[in-house]
Parts: sequence; structure tokens; C-alpha cells
Amino acid sequence: MLRFVSYLILETVSGINSHTVLWYASRATGVVALLLMTAVLLLGLLVTRQGRLPGLPRFAVTGLHRNMSLVAVVFVVLHVLTAVLDSYVHIPLISAVVPLASSYERLALGLGAVSLDIMIAVIVTSLLRRHLSRRLWRAVHLLAYVSWPVAWLHSITSSTDLRHGWLFLTAVGCALLVVVAVLWRLSAASRDVPRAERVGLLMAAVHDRAALKDKLTGRGTASAQDRTQERISRR
Amino acid sequence: MSEKLLVNPIECEGHGACAELLPEMIALDEWGYPIVDGRPLPPALERDARAAVSACPTLALRLMRS
Amino acid sequence: MTTATQGTPTEGTATDLPRLLPHSGRQPEDWHAHAARNGRLPYRDAPGRLIQELQAAGLTGRGGAAFPVHRKLAAVLEAAQQRRRPAVVIANGAESEPASDKDATLLWLAPHLVLDGLQLAAEAVGADQAILYTHAERRGDVGKRLQQALTERRAIGADRVAVDLAEAPPRFLSGQETALINHLSGGPAIPTFIPPRITERGLGGAPTLVQNAETLAHLALIARRGPGWFRQVGTRAEPGSMLCTIRRADGIPRITEVPLGMSLNVLLGDLRDGAVLIGGYHGTWVPAAEAARLTLDNHSLGKVGARVGAGILITPPPDRCGLAETAMVVRYLALESAGQCGPCLNGLPRIAAALTELAGARPRRQARADVERWAGLVTGRGACHHPDGTARFVRSALITFAAELDRHEHGRCSATSTTPFLPIPHGSARTEEDWI
Repeated sequence: MLRFVSYLILETVSGINSHTVLWYASRATGVVALLLMTAVLLLGLLVTRQGRLPGLPRFAVTGLHRNMSLVAVVFVVLHVLTAVLDSYVHIPLISAVVPLASSYERLALGLGAVSLDIMIAVIVTSLLRRHLSRRLWRAVHLLAYVSWPVAWLHSITSSTDLRHGWLFLTAVGCALLVVVAVLWRLSAASRDVPRAERVGLLMAAVHDRAALKDKLTGRGTASAQDRTQERISRR
Repeated sequence: MSEKLLVNPIECEGHGACAELLPEMIALDEWGYPIVDGRPLPPALERDARAAVSACPTLALRLMRS
Repeated sequence: MTTATQGTPTEGTATDLPRLLPHSGRQPEDWHAHAARNGRLPYRDAPGRLIQELQAAGLTGRGGAAFPVHRKLAAVLEAAQQRRRPAVVIANGAESEPASDKDATLLWLAPHLVLDGLQLAAEAVGADQAILYTHAERRGDVGKRLQQALTERRAIGADRVAVDLAEAPPRFLSGQETALINHLSGGPAIPTFIPPRITERGLGGAPTLVQNAETLAHLALIARRGPGWFRQVGTRAEPGSMLCTIRRADGIPRITEVPLGMSLNVLLGDLRDGAVLIGGYHGTWVPAAEAARLTLDNHSLGKVGARVGAGILITPPPDRCGLAETAMVVRYLALESAGQCGPCLNGLPRIAAALTELAGARPRRQARADVERWAGLVTGRGACHHPDGTARFVRSALITFAAELDRHEHGRCSATSTTPFLPIPHGSARTEEDWI
């Protein structure tokens, strides 16, 4: 299969310097993969916090998160294949998943391999989620927080592309988005109530409301504002 | 063989995706948690039910054979 | 320590009550006294034999659910044989219901009867592990008493399966089957929602039998005297006797062994005014005049939506407000929620707050409708029956104390005392440690 694909690519670009095409393709798919991975991470955070994308139904957040992760993998695979097929430098295919197996740009590609390994683990465990313990699934899924920065470091160390011009801005922008989003997630998590304290907290909240009954809305049930305060986050 | 919907109330966090995809069988209470119709699933709704089961971020919704 | 009294014979029925508790009533029975009263431990020497006798006897669980004992044992034995795994038997002495004292009393006065039942049940299902699960802080000395009893049995070699003692945290949910197993597995005493049933896959993945301590005591006697003897008291559909925790207006809990089917009027004395709480804090308030026409069995009690449960019967004095008492109990029940399931976590505290309002003067107009709605919303939507039982208790209060609700709406109350009557443990669970 690999031979066929490489034959196709070479045939398609016959007459053009195939090195250039493959090399550009690898860099381009790499950038797209990084953008997609950033989006997937942000969407994952949105799912956890039960946030919504404007104009879209709730199930779309989860759906997009899952589907985009698969598209991201496709782009990573293309990114790897084009780099491997490019004959200008020798990159063994195995180095895509085995860190430090490439003599060319050993560290940079090693980072990529680590990131890809984690991605594969996350996606495989998610596809098999029904058959795995929740604790295992969650532990592997949290490794995604490692996969992203490693992928980002791989991006800026393996090519000078992202150190100049608008690609540099893109890289910095992605990093900023992720940092802000993770900080948001952590600050929300610090407000999460441990299971043993939830009911006590809610009791205090509703008994306060009962005492201040005059301030309740006419229907006598929680207004939307009250509801968000009192529906204690359960994570 | 009929199927029934079942929610694991411990895993359920009230995301609400299920109610969007299968409003005929699932409604949300005033706190955002699903009220599931426990009667056998009409065959016409099976596809939507599977979508709802799949869309749950915590896999709390299940289809059980009865 | 609560006092045990002789059971009152029903008219026309041959009775040899009390059966479970020693006749002296106060002295804990050591091995010799137990052997003198009950005879030797009649092992059957093969799994399964006892189960048919239990079916003939019609013994049902005395922990509250009244599930047929033979069916539970048969399920565990079948799972053990199919999976070729030894089973585990657990005597549930958690008795986490604050108003119940009968298991603690039984374990204090006649531990050997329960331990006999544990051995016989272990033999019947092919178990190689036995655990006696008790409640921390209920009776500090019961643990020591049980240790003594086990030491006596070890010296004689009475037990074929070694018994471990385990203690539950003082939580209302500790006695719930899956919470119990969760705790014994090293986790908190909160329910789990994992099919299949624990009879199939329970503690450590083994087929597990969880049986109330009193049930095992009955089992131990049936093994000696036979199903016919067991059926000499009780009704045809609900045979046998049971231990009841009875609290009259003086508030003192009395443990009495009662034949099923006994008239509540005879058991509780002249029932005219006020209300009776049947079945504890997941039970039902019934107006006294109505209760007077009922008998202590599910067939009769079912007519008013009540159940025998674990045999808790309480008649508060007329100077207390039934709504206020209910509100205090529901506040306790809400705080004892595991907080795992959205409906229970959200519903019970709100119900408690609204009930507190209804127990006060001139509650909000919406409060009663809110309680009704929330009671409906929490029922059947948790991982255990805590919200269901609480909702049942609450609804029965709204019905039975309807007149009182009206009075409160107009700023009046028929009660003259605000001293809490129903027993409620102090302190609530604040951290994860309180559940482990």
C-alpha cells in the first residue's frame, strides 16, 4: 500500500522536484495537524465544562471533539508519510512512533514520536471505551495534556518555519489559546466540589434561600441564575 | 427482542446531549438531568437511540436488551 | 442498652415467642447458654440442602426488603457452581437506620444464633469467606462482644468458615448492599451502579450473599426445628416472627419479637389520636385510627402504601408537630445522600428546605407543590433507593398531616413542644474520610 501511494505521489509530481513537493506537503500537513490538535484540545475542555458552541446543539461539542481528533490523526499520518517518503533526508518510518530512532533531527522527531504515541493511545482507548474501566480511560485521556505541548515543541524545533512570519504568530497564538484554556479549566476545577461536600454545600445554599423567601422568583423555583450557582459541579 | 434505555445515574453529569438526540424518550428535569422513558424502545427510534448513547460524553446512557 | 420484652401472643396461634432472644431478656448468651437453649449447630454437610427447607419455611429478609431468602441463596449457589468460584457470605448488621435497634440488640444478646446462621448460609452456598458487618458508633461494646463470641467458637471449632468482623462508617447508606461491598473493597460506603447483581459478582468478583443479621438468626432456628415450626406463627403468606423496634410516646426504644400478622392495635396499644410511623425513615406515616385497623404484614400495610420494612414502629406523643419532626428527619436524610446522582443531590436538600418552611408558620404558597414535584422527580432516578424511600416518607407526611399543613398556613400549630422526638444522629459527613 505504501509503495502504491508513493508511486502515485511521484508520478503526480513527475517533472517537479519531488523533494520540494513532499517536503512542503509535510510541513503544511504538520501545521494543519497542530491547528487541529489545538482545536481538539479546546473542544475537549469545552465538553468537560459543559460549554456550548454558539448556534450548535449540545451534542455537537462532543461530536466535533471526537471527529476532529480523527481528522487530526489523518493529517498527522500524512505529515509523517510525506516526510518519510521524501528522499532528500532519510527518516525511517519507525521513528514516527519510536522516539529517537531517527538520526536526522533526532530530538525534534523524537518529540513528534512521543506526541503521536500518546495520540494513538488516547484514540484507541476512546474507541474501546465501553470495554475499559473508566479509570483507565480517564488516565490515558489526561495524557492528551502532555501530547499537545510535546507536539508544539516538535513543531518549533523540527523546522525553522514556525519561527518566522505568520507561522510564528500561528504557533504563538495556538500556545496562548491552550494556556488560557487550561488555566480556565484549572480555575474551574478548583471550584469543583468533592463528592463528600456536595450535599452539605447545597443544603446550606437552599436553606439560605428558604430563609430569604421574599427574594425568590414568582414561580417559586430556581431562576436560571440561581440554578447555575446551586447545581454544584460534579466533577 | 426489545431494548430499553438505561442511565447510570452515578456517571451521568447532566450534559444533556441525549435529550437533544432522542426527545421522544428523554427529557431533562429542572436540574438538567435526564428523565428516561423506561418502556421498550420503538424500533423506529433505534437509530436515534444509538446516536444518543454514542453522544454521551460519560457513556452513562445505555441500551439494554430485555 | 434497650430492653427486650416478651412478645404478646396473638389470639388462637400457638406461639413460643420469643424465639430469637434469650428468655432472660438482659444477659448476653455465651456459647454454653446458647447451646443449652438452641441445641447444636446442624450442618447439612453439603451445599444447597438447606435452601429447600428455607423455601418451605417461606423465610423472607428481615432487613427491610423482605426478599425470599431461598431465592437469594439459590442465586448465589448457582453462580458459585457455574463460575466454579467459592462464594462470600456477609451478615449485614449495619442497621444504619437511626430508629432501629433490633439488630444491635440481637447481636448483643444472642450473637451465636446469628453466627450459626452465618455458618449455615455459608455452607448452603459454598462460601469460603464469611464477614459480619456492624455499624461503628452504634454500640461500642458490640464489637467486643462479637470478638468474645468468635473466640468461644474458635476454641470449640464450631465454625467451618472463618469469620471476619468489619465495621461500617456511621452513615445512613452503610447498610445498602452495594455500599457495603464498596466499603469492604476499600472504598467509601456509597452505592455503586454496576450490573450484574452482587449474587453473581460481588465482593472481589465472587458471588456474594448479603443477609440481614436477624434473617440469619431465623435461618439458624429453621435449620434446627424445621419449616413447619417456623410457620406456627405469622400468616400463610408471611410466616414467622420478627424483631420490632417500638417507640411509644416516652421515646424509649423497646425490642419486641412479634408474630407477623399481629394487630397493630394490640401491639401498640390503644391507637386513636395522632399518627404512627411504620417502617422507619423510609417508611410511612399513617393516622393512628387507620393504623388500628391494620396488621403487621405487607398484605395489610400495603393497603395504605406502607411496608413492614425492618419492623420500626413509632407513635410520637400528641404534643409534637408531625411536620416539624418530618422536616428534621428529612434534613438528616438529605445530608446523608452520597451526592453521586444528580436528582438525589439536587432534590433532597430542596425538599428538606421546603419541608422546614412547611413546618414553620405561613410557608410560601408554592412550598407544598414544590415538595410534591421534587418527590416525584427524585423517585427511581438514583443508583439506590435512598431518594425513593425519602420521597415516600415525605409524601405520607403531607397526606397524614394535611390538617396540620392547613393550620400552619394560618400561622397556627397544634403542637405544644418543640423538643425533637425522632432520633437523629449528631454530626454529618463533611469529608471523604467520614464515608470510609
